[in-house]
Amino acid sequence: MGTSPARITPNASPTKMPTTHTENQSQVQTATPKMRASNINFYYGSFKALHDVSLDFAANKVTALIGPSGCGKSTFLRNLNRINETLRDTRIEGEITLDGENILDKDVTEIRRRIGMVFQRPNPFPKSIFENIIYGPRINGLLKNRSAAEVVEQSLRRAALWDEVKDKLHDSAYAISGGQQQRLCIARALAVDPEVLLLDEPCSALDPIATAKIEDLLVSLKHQCTIVIVTHNMQQAARVADTTGFFLLGKLIEHDKTDVIFKNPAKKETEDYITGRFG
Amino acid sequence: MTSRNSRRNAVNNLMLTLCGVCAFLTVSTLFLILGYLVYHGAKSLNPNFFVQLPLGEGQSGGGIANSILGSAEIVALATLIGLPVGFFAGVYLAEFGGKTLPFIVRYTADLLNGIPSIVIGIFAWTVVVVPMHHFSALAGALALSVMLIPITARSTEQFLLDVPRSLREGALALGANKWRTIATVIVPAARKGIMTGMILGVARISGETAPLLFTSLSNQYWSGINEPTASLPVTIFNYATSAYEDWHQLAWAAGLVLLALVLLANIAARMVISRGASVPR
Repeated sequence: MGTSPARITPNASPTKMPTTHTENQSQVQTATPKMRASNINFYYGSFKALHDVSLDFAANKVTALIGPSGCGKSTFLRNLNRINETLRDTRIEGEITLDGENILDKDVTEIRRRIGMVFQRPNPFPKSIFENIIYGPRINGLLKNRSAAEVVEQSLRRAALWDEVKDKLHDSAYAISGGQQQRLCIARALAVDPEVLLLDEPCSALDPIATAKIEDLLVSLKHQCTIVIVTHNMQQAARVADTTGFFLLGKLIEHDKTDVIFKNPAKKETEDYITGRFG
Repeated sequence: MTSRNSRRNAVNNLMLTLCGVCAFLTVSTLFLILGYLVYHGAKSLNPNFFVQLPLGEGQSGGGIANSILGSAEIVALATLIGLPVGFFAGVYLAEFGGKTLPFIVRYTADLLNGIPSIVIGIFAWTVVVVPMHHFSALAGALALSVMLIPITARSTEQFLLDVPRSLREGALALGANKWRTIATVIVPAARKGIMTGMILGVARISGETAPLLFTSLSNQYWSGINEPTASLPVTIFNYATSAYEDWHQLAWAAGLVLLALVLLANIAARMVISRGASVPR
């Protein structure tokens, strides 16, 4: 169990289950995962928010994390780039590796450069569109060989936003719509060439059309980086994700190929949630 | 039911009227003071008033040029000392430290804010004027900066804390370290509020009289930074408490000048600040 790359820890399930589903688990095994979280426990003060979560993220795949509110999926995601450290009174146990190296021991700014994040609500800086994109490359010293204009255009193109904003690059980032702002935030994250992109319910504040654009974008981006998305929207997970993990009460109940999770889940809790019996 | 409704409507109207009247009182006070100052002070205002030195006791005419310059000098010096210290203390309160130390600093700043200005005057007199053996603009500036620091620190802290956490996380998530995040995202986002707080702080100390009575005192002539220096508030105090009607007129005029300068600085600063984007909430 402990050596399987795509495993569920024995006590991850609140109920005793037969071991037959381990075959399901083997379906999401990958030779070398891009990222791996091993036995993560996480505490807000004395409250234990994550219980022994282990999960692998395959390179160039989209992994969705689903589950009811308060189940720990966002908390888990926010540990993957160590942004949770900035909250007071938090503590993490376990190991998170990126290309086999434990990110918890490394310089946090470099880790966050390599693992980008997009948040629940668009959070552009109170600067121009151009300045928003160039912020990351500038603070990370990535503009030595490339011009700022080049980086801005390339990043906006990658986020499928270039055509919509190319004539107003120096306008305030607040002058564009919410959906465009969120794609701007994706472009801003892509501007530092992250290897992994974390998205924390990126469409929860957007309308269906803006949501569809971001979903298309994610599918096209996975060729360039590994994507992890937290979502409340099960249809969204089904549309964009290669594999899906289901969280409940701070535990990872099940992680498998997305169609297995939605059509033939191994655990009763997963099935209850998928079919709308709770959550 | 109807009587209940009419009672609720009556209470509603009563409270609305009460709030309106109080708002009117607040605004009208400023205009009342302004009108009073203009009525009494305007007739003494002439070009000489701004460029001449005061004349001796009982003589009419003369100006308060040295007080205007002295006030500008003392306030500028106090600003130079007080704003940076207050600003960085505010950044510390909002952004750094655990629980205990910021609590102590915050509490101390609040206490300092509440200390009567005359006590700060006595304090500055004891630690600056007595060892130096003379009154000076420098001592006055130090006393005023002691007042400016907690005002600036607390308002800076408040406006920094108002910056949405999502902006902070946005910068950190791109690989910015804490100071970089503060300097390039948080402070610019809070810039308007911080600067407004600073202007109000400077306006507040510009009118302080008590600390200056003990520190820069006053002067009939032009003076250096290390000498007793005239300032508008102290000049107003001296003229207003004198026995001569001419000097009472000068006090009104000096008051008008002080108020006008503070208002002008306020308006100019607000115009500068209103440029540039702000964070929607």
